[in-house]
Amino acid sequence: MAANRVYEVMFIIDADAPDDEVAQLSEGFQRIITDQGGTITKAEVMGKRRLAYPIGRKNEGTYILLEIEGSGSEIAELERRMRVNDRIMRYITVRVDEDRRRAEKFAAKRARKAAKRPGNQKSEPAPVAAAAPSAPAAAFDEA
Amino acid sequence: MSSNYDDRESRFDSRFERDYDGDSRGGRGGRGGGRRMHRRKICRFCIEKTDLIDFKDVKLLQNYIPERGKIVPRRISGSCATHQRMLAEAIKRARNIALLPYAAD
Repeated sequence: MAANRVYEVMFIIDADAPDDEVAQLSEGFQRIITDQGGTITKAEVMGKRRLAYPIGRKNEGTYILLEIEGSGSEIAELERRMRVNDRIMRYITVRVDEDRRRAEKFAAKRARKAAKRPGNQKSEPAPVAAAAPSAPAAAFDEA
Repeated sequence: MSSNYDDRESRFDSRFERDYDGDSRGGRGGRGGGRRMHRRKICRFCIEKTDLIDFKDVKLLQNYIPERGKIVPRRISGSCATHQRMLAEAIKRARNIALLPYAAD
């Protein structure tokens, strides 16, 4: 197993919390991660948003997104802290490295196929244009 | 504790998804008894060559939840199995953190 995993952690802070408290919380969580040996690759405050459904009688929350690289143990600690904190209304951790790698693989595969295709097409256009019945199909492909 | 609850919730949702009867988007290619107008459906994500559906992309996901808040089935939306799976996963994640509703009204 690769040691480095990438996680996205998104959490909602109570919208009643003042801006400096939001910043403080966010910083605090980031410090927890770095203390545990993880690295923060992205920290984004997505701002105040209306919740799609009320959570604990609240209709608004401040969304914060962190992207974390690490072994996974720091996530456990982070989640434990979030669970305890009253200001955190909800959090979600998603492991993204595997999905991204898979997406890259697909993209690479497509690129390879695309690289192959022009060679084939260059030899084909003339016969396709000449053969009347297959012309509509070619037109569809282009559209 | 909260994650347990949410797990159950999403399973409930996926059960719902299965007996969705397409009422909010009737017509087009629905299950007509016997004869049906077959319009070839195409997967939007395949055309756009999407490899990853992000749960943060609320605007995109909203296209796949009608007013009621249910996930539009493949039968209606025409997505391919792979992308429908990614889509469903993304929608469920988005629901978990209140980006999308579990159930509207």
